[in-house]
Amino acid sequence: MGEFDHDHNEEGRGVSRRRVLECMTWAGTGVLWTVSGGVPRSLGLVGSAQAAEAAGMTFLQISDSHVGFDKPANPNALGTLEEAIGKINAMPVKPSFMIHTGDITHLSKAAEFDNADRIISQAKLDVHYVPGEHDFIDEEVKLYKERYGHGTKGAGWYSFDANGVHFIGLVNVVDLKAGGLGNLGTAQLEWLEDDLKGKSKSMPIVVFAHIPLWTVYPTWGWGTEDGARALDYLKGFGSVTVLNGHIHQVMQKVEGNVTFHTARSTAFPQPAPGAAPSPGPMKVADDKLRGLLGVASINFKPGDQRLAIIDTPLQG
Amino acid sequence: MASPVLRSLGRLAIAAAISLCLSGAHAVETTNVMIDNFTFEPAQLTVKVGSTVTWKNRDDIPHTVVSAGKFRSKTMDTDDSYSFTFTAAGDYKYFCSLHPHMTGTIKVE
Repeated sequence: MGEFDHDHNEEGRGVSRRRVLECMTWAGTGVLWTVSGGVPRSLGLVGSAQAAEAAGMTFLQISDSHVGFDKPANPNALGTLEEAIGKINAMPVKPSFMIHTGDITHLSKAAEFDNADRIISQAKLDVHYVPGEHDFIDEEVKLYKERYGHGTKGAGWYSFDANGVHFIGLVNVVDLKAGGLGNLGTAQLEWLEDDLKGKSKSMPIVVFAHIPLWTVYPTWGWGTEDGARALDYLKGFGSVTVLNGHIHQVMQKVEGNVTFHTARSTAFPQPAPGAAPSPGPMKVADDKLRGLLGVASINFKPGDQRLAIIDTPLQG
Repeated sequence: MASPVLRSLGRLAIAAAISLCLSGAHAVETTNVMIDNFTFEPAQLTVKVGSTVTWKNRDDIPHTVVSAGKFRSKTMDTDDSYSFTFTAAGDYKYFCSLHPHMTGTIKVE
């Protein structure tokens, strides 16, 4: 694994409330997640030896494919998405399903949604989507919901169970307030509280949404205004994993029983917080780009304490 | 002495200058706000009633300008622009609905 790759196996060691594990990398294809005994752990990179050894249920996260983006930071975002799907198809262990944490398209055009679907469907996996702000900018704001809104509430939130893990897809990209950050809103928070009622505290929870639910860097809007309220409802659960996108780089933080993780984009990298005048697309040398794009894979092994997450760059 | 032709040319020039001047005085003021690096520049702008403000997006990421109940642009991709004419005085606070940390104000006097 390269210098930016990381692995957060914490089994057998309690993570104190104050202990905050923070990693920052700029590269990536995807994160491989393993849910082991309730707590997701980073396994490392897709295709790595660890992924091959992973037992239990594995699912995949891709994010920020920005189909339609053609600017200097990556003139062919559809091409790199296709490369990411190729990586997924080459994985030694076929994931159970995939989640996409938003910004499927760049401009919410019908052709962009069509192209994204044409490529992503080549993985032949069920895909659970949540929208990014770029998926809601068609004139009538209907294309995302037509395609991915079935069986969802409000702007597209929902939950489902898989292998004893409860998955919750949230929407924090609508009805944003001037000067603010991402926003869940009262209706969604009430639904979340209700959704969690009666769930066993030992049931592992995976929450996924586009914008980070934790405050990464408010100066660039990287956080969710009412994210803390959502996390309040998740207190008491033994294992909570929060998977986000939006910031086009890997960051991880472990706080108590909550693991926060953001995935790489398959389209273009963005700078580390404060490292550039703005969070806009970061142009890097052509031979460096694929080291900064990627997917994530997550493995869940019953009996283990933590989900294993593997961030895999397209190259390197 | 100037020839009659030159004199009439001179009068024409003066008339043209006056009409330019008048049209200048009555012309709607047009002002630009540039969007660069996820910021509105200038973020605070003062214009006269009747002025048109044009926002132009120079980022590689789409933006919008939205002033609750007042105006709302379509999504502006790179190099797209949006114009709004202010017909009433007041402070118009606006933001980008995609990146709400981007805010600005147009003061119309």
